Amino acid sequence: MSTESTHSSEGGGQETHDDVVVPAGEHDPTGMAATGGYHLTASAVVPPSAQARGTSDMFGAAFGSDTSGFGGLVEKRAAPLSTPKPYGGWFDEATDALEAAWPGFADNVLRVVVDRGELTLHVKPAAVREIAKVLRDEPNLRFELLSSVSGVDYPAEETRLHAVYHYTSMTYRRRLRVEAAVTVDDPVLPSVCPVYPTADFQEREAWDMFGIVFEGHPALTRILMPDDWVGHPQRKDYPLGGIPVEYKGASIPPPDERRSYA
Amino acid sequence: MTSYSPLQESTQRETTEGTVYTVTGGDWDQVVAGAGDDQRMVVNMGPQHPSTHGVLRLVLELEGETVTSARTVIGYLHTGIEKNMEYRNWTQGVTFVTRMDYLSPIFNETAYCLAVEKLLGIEVPERATTIRVLCMEINRIASHLVWLATGGMELGALTAMTNGFRERELCLDVLETITGLRMNHAFVRPGGVAQDLPPGAVEKVRELLATLEKRIPIVDQLLTGQPIWQKRLQDVAYLDVQGCLSLGVTGPILRSAGLAWDLRKTQPYCGYENYDFDVPTSDLADGWGRFLVRTQEMKESMKIIEQALDRLQPGPVMVEDKKIGWPAQLALGSDGMGQSLDHVKKIMGTSMEALIHHFKLVTEGFRVPAGQVYSAIESPRGELGVHAVSDGGTRPFRVHVRDPSFVNLQATSPMCEGSLIADSIAAVASIDPVMGGVDR
Repeated sequence: MSTESTHSSEGGGQETHDDVVVPAGEHDPTGMAATGGYHLTASAVVPPSAQARGTSDMFGAAFGSDTSGFGGLVEKRAAPLSTPKPYGGWFDEATDALEAAWPGFADNVLRVVVDRGELTLHVKPAAVREIAKVLRDEPNLRFELLSSVSGVDYPAEETRLHAVYHYTSMTYRRRLRVEAAVTVDDPVLPSVCPVYPTADFQEREAWDMFGIVFEGHPALTRILMPDDWVGHPQRKDYPLGGIPVEYKGASIPPPDERRSYA
Repeated sequence: MTSYSPLQESTQRETTEGTVYTVTGGDWDQVVAGAGDDQRMVVNMGPQHPSTHGVLRLVLELEGETVTSARTVIGYLHTGIEKNMEYRNWTQGVTFVTRMDYLSPIFNETAYCLAVEKLLGIEVPERATTIRVLCMEINRIASHLVWLATGGMELGALTAMTNGFRERELCLDVLETITGLRMNHAFVRPGGVAQDLPPGAVEKVRELLATLEKRIPIVDQLLTGQPIWQKRLQDVAYLDVQGCLSLGVTGPILRSAGLAWDLRKTQPYCGYENYDFDVPTSDLADGWGRFLVRTQEMKESMKIIEQALDRLQPGPVMVEDKKIGWPAQLALGSDGMGQSLDHVKKIMGTSMEALIHHFKLVTEGFRVPAGQVYSAIESPRGELGVHAVSDGGTRPFRVHVRDPSFVNLQATSPMCEGSLIADSIAAVASIDPVMGGVDR
């Protein structure tokens, strides 16, 4: 498989979150969960017995015998909040090189997460351009290619809009994710366009779909939606829309109004 | 001479429906005089134009026939696929991603399924992986043939179009045999593929290879030595490695500039490290280089298909885990392909638990542990990446697709500006954007 998964098998031994339920607030005395964890929706209720048991099967029926989905057995698992050192594989080498080359590392990197063989750096929004420049220019890092810029909306968080950058180092054949979170009221980040011109279209898409403002972008306009569109469609509070469809006398509601199980 | 006005050139007559004007257009001298010293002209090319590769709109600023500024306007094919996927379960997501870049559906499906499988932490069976590789490479040839066909048509080489589409149809016939559909297959599923190869499929693939073995060299004979084709592509749409990397351009464009960056070699997935093939490159960095690279790539894909056929071993094509593996036991009945009667008999007649399980897995889907992953594969157009986020539920929390066409399209301006307007057609053709993938 890929080089990444090889590294993860070397160094990812401490990652056992897949089958461990981490309820909001638990294992998190620092309160970081409130600012950057993956506590996604208000309905993220973990059944008490499932907490006690610490496991559940794929259908979420670890307690009780109700497997119908009507009992409201909604179980959301939290992703790891922060990974302790050593991260394993090349992750230590790369983060050390970044720390050495970038004086702002300690102040700006909030969390380092190693999950499923992938390295994620959660940084302060103001630092995304700075870190981009270091990642590109530092000889020990050499992330020549900014593969992707996109947004994710985590409505349960205060800083709910996340800008996610995927970097690729062609020299070392590594991938790295940088994530920065902003609030809806102040959704402003510096644009990385001056460092990576490829971010042009991708930042426009993130603005169009999530309303994230990239300061310093040459022309931050809508790209996929019409210019006069109101709202940012991929935010979680933006409805999918659609109309009921009649078929042989029965009415099928639009997808976002259909019964959902989780 | 007075300034130009279209109405001066029009005649009018009264009809029952009102006044009808017949506008015949003005004299060029009058247009020039009206424009004064400013000789610039802005031409809107597209979104409905036979040479813009789909609903792409180019806004070209011209001085004479020279393009001084080129901008792309996209979004005419935006269908909200990423948003829609958040309202369907993980398996249903496949039917959405397959419709994005409609010329490389198998690649979209595989990239998405690799991401879901990484989130789940599962390994797909060997046979399923080999079938994926087989289908992907057939798909790559089909996609490059469409590039050749449409690119040739846009530059006036109509025989390239007829030949390209004819050969592509052969590839699609084989994909239809395997998946049931020419396009939009929804064949690759999280955990494996929807069904095993049908009887006779291997022979059909071998027949296809034998045919392509003869037909692809025809492209060489038809175009490679063709002076008009050479002149239309050589030194046109130049973009070097530095330009490619800063603009995030990958795939054949990057390889035509001389960098042998192919994810199948550099960050192998689906067992590509076990196949013997070369990564064709060129150092020309122009439209001609891209033509050479793509024609060579078709031949390399044929090598991979050959090896994939040899690697096929009997075995399951879906993960053994019944909580993930789709309960598809497809069989051909009198009314077409459907759930096999044996399976229906079992769940309806003998096992209540199997019925419940089937029902729950299909209606509700499986849960995917929370987290996020990025998986990238080499599509015919470059790096196709899927960023998938799960909140632990049965539906994707967010799926973002880094489509190579979308990113590569940014190279339009540097390729076109300063060139003739006719060369901008060649430039867009050499980028090979697929608007379904660009707009998603």
